[in-house]
Amino acid sequence: MTATAATRSGPQAIARARVIVSTVRSSARVRQLRVGLALTVALGVMFSISVSVGDFSIPLLDVVPAMLGLGDKGSVFVVHELRLPRALAGMMVGLAFGLSGAIFQSVARNPLASPDILGITAGASAAAVLAIVAGASFAVLALSAFGGAFLLSIAIYVLAYKRGVSSYRFVLVGIGLSSMAIALTHYMITRADIYEAAEANVWMIGSLNAVGWETIGPLTAVLAVFAPLALLLTGRLRALQFDDDMAKGLGVCVERSRLTLLLVGVALVAVGTAASGPIAFVAFLAPPIARRLTGAPLSLLPAALVGALIVLAADLVGRTAFSSTEIPVGIFTGLCGAPYFLWLLARANKRGLAQ
Amino acid sequence: MARLTSYGCSLVQTREDWLNDPTKPDCEQAMTKFLELKAEHLQLAYDQHQVVADLSVQIPSGRVTAIVGANACGKSTLLRGLARLLKPRGGVVYLDGHDIHRMPTKQVAKQLGLLPQTPTSPEGITVTDLVARGRYPHQSLFRQWTRADEEAVASAMSATEVLDLASRPVDELSGGQRQRVWIAMALAQDTAIMLLDEPTTFLDLAHQVEILDLLTDLNQQDGRTIVLVLHDLNHACRYSHHLIAMREGAIVAQGPPSTVITRDLVGEVFGLRCQVTPDPVSHTPMVIPIGRHMNASLDGLAFDTTVHVPTSSLEQRS
Repeated sequence: MTATAATRSGPQAIARARVIVSTVRSSARVRQLRVGLALTVALGVMFSISVSVGDFSIPLLDVVPAMLGLGDKGSVFVVHELRLPRALAGMMVGLAFGLSGAIFQSVARNPLASPDILGITAGASAAAVLAIVAGASFAVLALSAFGGAFLLSIAIYVLAYKRGVSSYRFVLVGIGLSSMAIALTHYMITRADIYEAAEANVWMIGSLNAVGWETIGPLTAVLAVFAPLALLLTGRLRALQFDDDMAKGLGVCVERSRLTLLLVGVALVAVGTAASGPIAFVAFLAPPIARRLTGAPLSLLPAALVGALIVLAADLVGRTAFSSTEIPVGIFTGLCGAPYFLWLLARANKRGLAQ
Repeated sequence: MARLTSYGCSLVQTREDWLNDPTKPDCEQAMTKFLELKAEHLQLAYDQHQVVADLSVQIPSGRVTAIVGANACGKSTLLRGLARLLKPRGGVVYLDGHDIHRMPTKQVAKQLGLLPQTPTSPEGITVTDLVARGRYPHQSLFRQWTRADEEAVASAMSATEVLDLASRPVDELSGGQRQRVWIAMALAQDTAIMLLDEPTTFLDLAHQVEILDLLTDLNQQDGRTIVLVLHDLNHACRYSHHLIAMREGAIVAQGPPSTVITRDLVGEVFGLRCQVTPDPVSHTPMVIPIGRHMNASLDGLAFDTTVHVPTSSLEQRS
């Protein structure tokens, strides 16, 4: 027995093992790098198409010059005043949703635990509709949505807390509170007059219609603070993907790290929702797509990029598919997300039965 | 295995003893790994439910310690307490003379590793990635992945023989393979002390022995302190130098298995009638349970074969 132990820990065995480890690790890293690059290029292309296509088409080649203020005046006006803020907002909202979804799903160790399923966006909607019914300005509406998202998250955390937060309690409490927030929202809509109700409805589906340059500032600021913070916390998030005991054993302050990460996730989803409304299923869909592409169990940046791609693509289709009217972006993401949601539920159910 | 039993089993080995031990493997690293883990007047509780009342224990350094006891006797709780996963209601756990709860948790993680009973792995993670995550306590924002990390992961995977599985997803492995991968991860953490909660529970007999042999290797190669919670008393006797028997949150007996495991102790700890005979292979105590249907005399090995369970139950059925 000792003989085999020696051959397993001898210098030759270790050297061979190192070759295997570094080969496996570097091939995984190369794949992640490639996926990241491909997604960035795809996002750039999608962004340019978004700016180019519309009622007044601008040739793709003229898009970049027009962004810089070069070219004919008409193109520059359309790009600067209409398309650019919308595309920028769509991209940043998608980045925020994708990143937030990846954080939530990893912290809760559950693919169902994205902020839209947990009802954090529903909390934002309730607060936003309240602001609409009260006749508040757009800025107040956005602030109110931001606050609603935070309030609902705090409620989930407090109600789900029992010697730490377990994944299932977290999801169940979230779904419960989500229903309450939705009920409250519907109540307010039935009490509102018809114009306010219509405005509330469009906002709740999630739309980039109303976005202008004034939303870009706050979005950029929040993303600039919280996205790097999320990336800095990646190591801890990796440890938290195990169970609590394992994470503690690895030297992570579990409760503190979890709270910090959730705070980052909530801030990101709140600012996204405040800008565009709760665009359904982006936070829910982007992380698993990113994971499938990279093959890594945690892919924050790819999840953010996929989120941005989804929002821009859905908005583009919504704007251009039917010439007469614009379809809000949230309808398309909802159509794509729902089947995956059902599949996930069915699979979870099967697993539960198997155990 | 004969070597293990002749290893000498003083209760607490001093550093000098260990250094002068002729059977000690020649390994420089081993000396820096000599760390002391002990608890004094430990009280552990979940919410209002007190599990461990007033427990003091010293884990022999450089040795394999097995904690045994009936279900719900507090052995896993004690292990969690020693691993600083559970904040004590009273008393102190000392790691190398320092209160473990006052040490930075990442610092502790460099000295003490832990394998929980049923760890869960992130979906889709590969074996190499999982083992590499054991390096977390050695990494920081500015020190992400070094040569030392790679070497630790490589030697952990080599020692546990999981190199052939390197790029496989953990979800697809068999129970025995998965357990070896988890041990590789704990090993990559490169700690002087390893605590394992029932590492053999869901494995078949051959894989149980394989895991215990592996842990023995780890202990022998560089004097790593290993603490195991085990259900199988015969395995505990064979593979540990030091045995701690617990009942209702307290230590009933501790010491070398050959002196601890007696018929009376098994009766007291498990409420089980048994015979204890020397294991024909390892010469450590071997516990043979009697159960209700065997009419055995407690003094000798004379079984009354006239009452034979299968026959009588068959007759009743027909």
